[in-house]
Amino acid sequence: MTLPAAAVRFEQVVKRYGRHTAVDGVTLDIAEGEFFGLLGPNGAGKTTLISMLGGLTRPTAGRVLVQGHDVQTAPQAARRRLGVVPQELVFDPFFTVREILQIQSGYFGLRRNAVWIDELLHNLGLTAQADKNMRALSGGMKRRVMVAQALVHRPPVIVLDEPTAGVDVELRQSLWDFIARLNAEGHTVLLTTHYLEEAEALCKRIAVIKTGRIVALDRTDALLQRFAASVLYFRLLRGTLPPQMAQATQQAGRVALPVRGPLDVEQTLASLRQAGCDIDELELRRADLEDVFLQLIGAGR
Amino acid sequence: MTGLLTLLRKELLRFFKVSFQTVAAPIVTALLYLLIFSHAFTAHMQVFGHVPYTAFLIPGLMMMSVLQNAFANTSSSLIQSKITGNLVFVLLSPLKPWELFVAYVGASVIRGLIVGAGVLLVTVWFVPLTFAEPVWIVVFAVLGASMLGALGLIAGIWAEKFDQMAAFQNFIITPATFLSGVFYSVHTLPAFWKVASHLNPFFYLIDVSATAFSAPATYRPGSACSPHCWATCCAAALRW
Repeated sequence: MTLPAAAVRFEQVVKRYGRHTAVDGVTLDIAEGEFFGLLGPNGAGKTTLISMLGGLTRPTAGRVLVQGHDVQTAPQAARRRLGVVPQELVFDPFFTVREILQIQSGYFGLRRNAVWIDELLHNLGLTAQADKNMRALSGGMKRRVMVAQALVHRPPVIVLDEPTAGVDVELRQSLWDFIARLNAEGHTVLLTTHYLEEAEALCKRIAVIKTGRIVALDRTDALLQRFAASVLYFRLLRGTLPPQMAQATQQAGRVALPVRGPLDVEQTLASLRQAGCDIDELELRRADLEDVFLQLIGAGR
Repeated sequence: MTGLLTLLRKELLRFFKVSFQTVAAPIVTALLYLLIFSHAFTAHMQVFGHVPYTAFLIPGLMMMSVLQNAFANTSSSLIQSKITGNLVFVLLSPLKPWELFVAYVGASVIRGLIVGAGVLLVTVWFVPLTFAEPVWIVVFAVLGASMLGALGLIAGIWAEKFDQMAAFQNFIITPATFLSGVFYSVHTLPAFWKVASHLNPFFYLIDVSATAFSAPATYRPGSACSPHCWATCCAAALRW
């Protein structure tokens, strides 16, 4: 018996640019129908991974497969199954929105695609812009067109590389509603984003990547639980943190300290008092992905 | 086939939408060359005894326009797509390399032929022309345009910025087309420059075209050379 092929599979993927290693042995399976998040700081290798998935960059070693089709040896089959929204805001200034979508459909061998194009325009709030030239559109509208372009051939695997960078709240909401609907209909979604609350709300599973390696890979809720149940925030007015609070992170003078429960809070406060620390603006919050992210990325920095 | 035809259509639309610049301008330029050179040289230049200079000039001028515009189409399309970044949408598509090649080069051939026909149309009124071998005129125009289209593809893939493309155009394509015997007969050149001209592949392209018009060709065996150059360029572009 053979297992069903993963929607996306990275097998020991390495990418080197000269002496610089951008991706350092990534192995990752994304299952059919999954909503998967790929997170990491700038330069971690997220976009390099996406480029290799889209066949734009050759891996130095390893294989990348889309529904079992190797992007290097069977590029046509892999690309038909893949819809990529690139990170950079790019557009062809010669054409209108509808022409762009008709052309993109043609590239995928689709001659009559008007019904689906109309549906895409409607769902992405582009109907009123359909016959405008790309140059006349705002940045947010251009971004919507890029999403529509990636979806013209109804790809089973949708890849969104930072799709909401520089996009207003309204579009983010309508975009995510639409992508969530496609996911519910069975499309696999791979998302990279800087907005951690988006990833937390949408992604069922998350990989955190740092300097080309996966440093965490788990279900989103498990990831949140594993690292901390809650976070204690306070401002340190006087004194230095006792050594047992090494996992604390500081941002703009505020200390964030993961805690596991009420008892932990009590002990923390007691040890702060013993260490002679003066604190202010005390706050206890449920941990979110940002805390996990900061801990993971901060570790071993 | 739909993918290839779509890309071809897109490439055609791209230059049709700016046809003032891509079609009308080169025709006007060719007309200016004709007016200036024929006015300046008709009295002084004897190319081949009985052939009027203007009749000698027009076939070469037409072919030069075909070649330059075929090169301009692929090279400018590619460099623009690269710099604006929208080439990514073609690269992410399932189009095969040969389909990309045929669509890009095909569009550049069509642009070359349209400009070439336009040049003939506006210049033919100046002097009675003969069309001795109309089929060969078209065949050589198609072959020459596809050779330059392929060369434009190579330049477009190689160049990273507009500056490099301009260098390719100004230091290779323009001198090679101008020094190919369009404006003068290579026979009138000193020995050294005659040999140099024979090393210029553009010379053969212009020359075979002139032959087909039955303006006396200056070097007939050269006709064998142009398909050869064309094949070499195609192979190089495909390998990329």
